[in-house]
Amino acid sequence: MDSTANLAGEGTVSAEAAPFYKRLLRMRETGLIVIILGLFFIMSFASPYFLTWANMRAMSMAFAVDGILVVGMTILLISGGIDLSVGSVTALAMVIAGWLFLSGIDPWVASGISIALCTGIGAFMGFFVTRIGLHHFIVSLAVMVIARGACLLFTGGRPLGLYTLPPEFKFIGQGTIGPIPIVIVIFLVFVIAFDFMLRRTTMFRKVFYTGSNEKAAAYSGIRTKKVIFLTTTLCSTLCGVAGIIYMARFGSAQPTFGLGLELTIIAAAVIGGASLNGGSGSILGAILGVILLSLVSSSLALLDVSVYWQDIIRGSILLAAVTIDHYLNKRRA
Amino acid sequence: MQDDVILNISNLSKSFGPVKALRGIDFELRKGEIHAIAGENGAGKSTLMNVIDGILQPDSGQIILDGASVKITSPTKAQRLGIGFVHQEIALCPDVSVAENIFMAKTNVSRSWLMDYRKLEREAIDVFKQLSDIDPSVLVKSLSISNQQLVEIAKALTLDCRILILDEPTAALTEAEAQTLFAIMRRLADQGISIIYISHRMVEIFDNCDRVSVFRDGQHIVTQNVKDVGPSDVVNAMVGRVIDELYPEKQRAEARSDEAILEVRNLSDAKRFHDVSFALKRGEILGIAGLIGAGRSEIVKGICQLEGSVSGDVLLNGTPLKLKNYQDSIANGIVYLSEDRKGDGVFLDLPIAANISALKLEQVANGMGLIQSGAEMAQADALGRKLNLKCGSLSDPVSSLSGGNQQKVALAKLLSVNPRLIFLDEPTRGVDVGAKSEIHRILRDLAHDGVGIVVISSELPELIGVCDRVLVVREGRISGQVAGDAMTEENIMHLASVMDADAAVA
Ligand SMILES: Nc1ncnc2c1ncn2[C@@H]1O[C@H](COP(=O)(O)OP(=O)(O)OP(=O)(O)O)[C@@H](O)[C@H]1O
Ligand SMILES: [Mg+2]
Repeated sequence: MDSTANLAGEGTVSAEAAPFYKRLLRMRETGLIVIILGLFFIMSFASPYFLTWANMRAMSMAFAVDGILVVGMTILLISGGIDLSVGSVTALAMVIAGWLFLSGIDPWVASGISIALCTGIGAFMGFFVTRIGLHHFIVSLAVMVIARGACLLFTGGRPLGLYTLPPEFKFIGQGTIGPIPIVIVIFLVFVIAFDFMLRRTTMFRKVFYTGSNEKAAAYSGIRTKKVIFLTTTLCSTLCGVAGIIYMARFGSAQPTFGLGLELTIIAAAVIGGASLNGGSGSILGAILGVILLSLVSSSLALLDVSVYWQDIIRGSILLAAVTIDHYLNKRRA
Repeated sequence: MQDDVILNISNLSKSFGPVKALRGIDFELRKGEIHAIAGENGAGKSTLMNVIDGILQPDSGQIILDGASVKITSPTKAQRLGIGFVHQEIALCPDVSVAENIFMAKTNVSRSWLMDYRKLEREAIDVFKQLSDIDPSVLVKSLSISNQQLVEIAKALTLDCRILILDEPTAALTEAEAQTLFAIMRRLADQGISIIYISHRMVEIFDNCDRVSVFRDGQHIVTQNVKDVGPSDVVNAMVGRVIDELYPEKQRAEARSDEAILEVRNLSDAKRFHDVSFALKRGEILGIAGLIGAGRSEIVKGICQLEGSVSGDVLLNGTPLKLKNYQDSIANGIVYLSEDRKGDGVFLDLPIAANISALKLEQVANGMGLIQSGAEMAQADALGRKLNLKCGSLSDPVSSLSGGNQQKVALAKLLSVNPRLIFLDEPTRGVDVGAKSEIHRILRDLAHDGVGIVVISSELPELIGVCDRVLVVREGRISGQVAGDAMTEENIMHLASVMDADAAVA
């Protein structure tokens, strides 16, 4: 089963450990990597522009920030929750920071305040879920609408142009270290850190227990409400971080940014092996999910497929990926 | 007519990956007989039943029903063929009423488009009335495990089946409920219905069944008439060796100590139990008996702060305990084994090793809070060996284990923290005879080493067999206690049901 790979896949030293290649085959991530490489191979023939440095860079920039969002979503899904508000909260983080900056506050301070506010939003949702007992779905749906409304309220519906942002701030979104964009560096740090923590720390192991069977977790002495509260808050905090990076990258704050983004993020996490029932998922898988979706999008754009068709194709690919994965897992179980 | 074969299974095999659950099994069921199947945990009993019910497809082999070879492709097909199945694990819809759950199965087999819900409900209620006096309009989730099990049985009884499979139906029932079930089984058998009855309790098999088949490691060992053999023959065939002592030796008189490990004074939660006082002495195993719903589980959950808020004093080794919550309780070495294994005992989709380490992850982690999977595997391996756990690999999910082996995982989880005081609620539910006596022996060893052991069980012979003293709870109060020779089923039942309080039999 998938969770097996997540909890014991790496560094398992047991008497009955399977040979390395077998374990590799068993890992869900392997299938995704094969699909991604296949697509890569096909595209490099289909479009001369595909394998250029500029395209690679644009593509990785596109999934890097979403990758941070998908980290939060995956952890939340593992704990048994879901968050539909990621798109709006990311936009709100941008808008608030931009608005504060325009009213004369230092951009770094403005960003800090904005991220803190997102944490507050997560805590707010966590409160409704754990204390009042409402479902994540409905609470985050409401917050999705509220946050979007707040974005429009702060901006009057128009993008905020932030031309005066100091260059050292823009650097986080636009700068490079050697040939590598800073955004990619930040993304890698987040992904590696959270992937490691999720696999290895006792703190995050409790997230798996809670999502797998909340009652059994409580009967194992785990404060399940606290776990759910924290994963909900973490997801929103990472939205804040992503919003700030987007702002630095675009040099503007767009109130309509991220419409429908939540669906991409959830889809990526699920393609990567997170279960909507909680208890399983992995960061590495989810990141591969983001990469796959972003690869498909940019391929379709390169191939000049009509926008309307793009959505239809993306939806079909999502369905196909999840179906194949479902069968592969059944076979393994 | 006894010799009419209704179901014949020949040379049937089924594997799950590397695990060979059934290897060329043969089995024959006659019309109107009650046929018991016995075998250790993981012997393949449930797997064979799942094949007969169409839930699993065999890798090879034949199923012959009424002389014709059949392929049972789904549970619906099985129902149409007249096969009813009461599962080992309860599978009801918790959010709908008892009556609706009971006739749910029926809506499924009917070939007509329109359902006469009134008629169905009436039928459901009629069937249910024979079994129990639970109100059929209450929601299933509000019922105790034992009552849920009764609903599950009633569900199968409403189908007009020719073959009825009962997989450990009494594991969660009280003695009286079990007797009602046996009476119904006998009546059905007299009507010509064939019953397959799986149980780990020899008494039940020998009192109620006509023939018994023994399975071991996925193979059919022997089938015999119950009246031609004795329980020890069956047990020996099951385990492949001779088991002499079923229960471990009790505490010796000279080993008795007055030192109390646990002392409870005037404990009450104002709702389900009141004024409970008792003490657990060093080295003894204390039992708690009572009817289902008497408040046994609630009392011990109250002590560990798992449920509700309680008033009264609890002293551990003479020092008053002020536990805020169950985390506190675990930190103090007080742990509880839940009676509802699937609901809150194990994490079904997580690996076995991760289940066992759940209570105190620090034990398998280094100073920085990083889990060392080597340590985790070693811990699971050691405890698995101690409890004789049968599994493919320790990183397989718990859902791949047989019922009894899942119970061992739940138990291993508690033992992993080296507890000072263990409350066990139905500790050997679904565990086979060999493993059961193994668990009893472990409990006795722990008690001997000074660990406090409190056992709740609905199986009176088990309480009498392992405990040194038994408290009886009736309607949320301790109605008396028995020890020594006074520990008999009659005395316990008397205290559990009769109204004259304080009838302590010393
Ligand atoms: N879905 C599964 N995946 C992998 N292995 C399985 C699965 N189901 C059962 N097994 C294995 O098949 C074997 C037989 O299991 P089965 O449930 O039939 O045992 P059983 O005789 O009913 O035991 P118990 O008395 O404990 O209920 C066990 O070794 C079990 O681990
Ligand atoms: Mg079984």
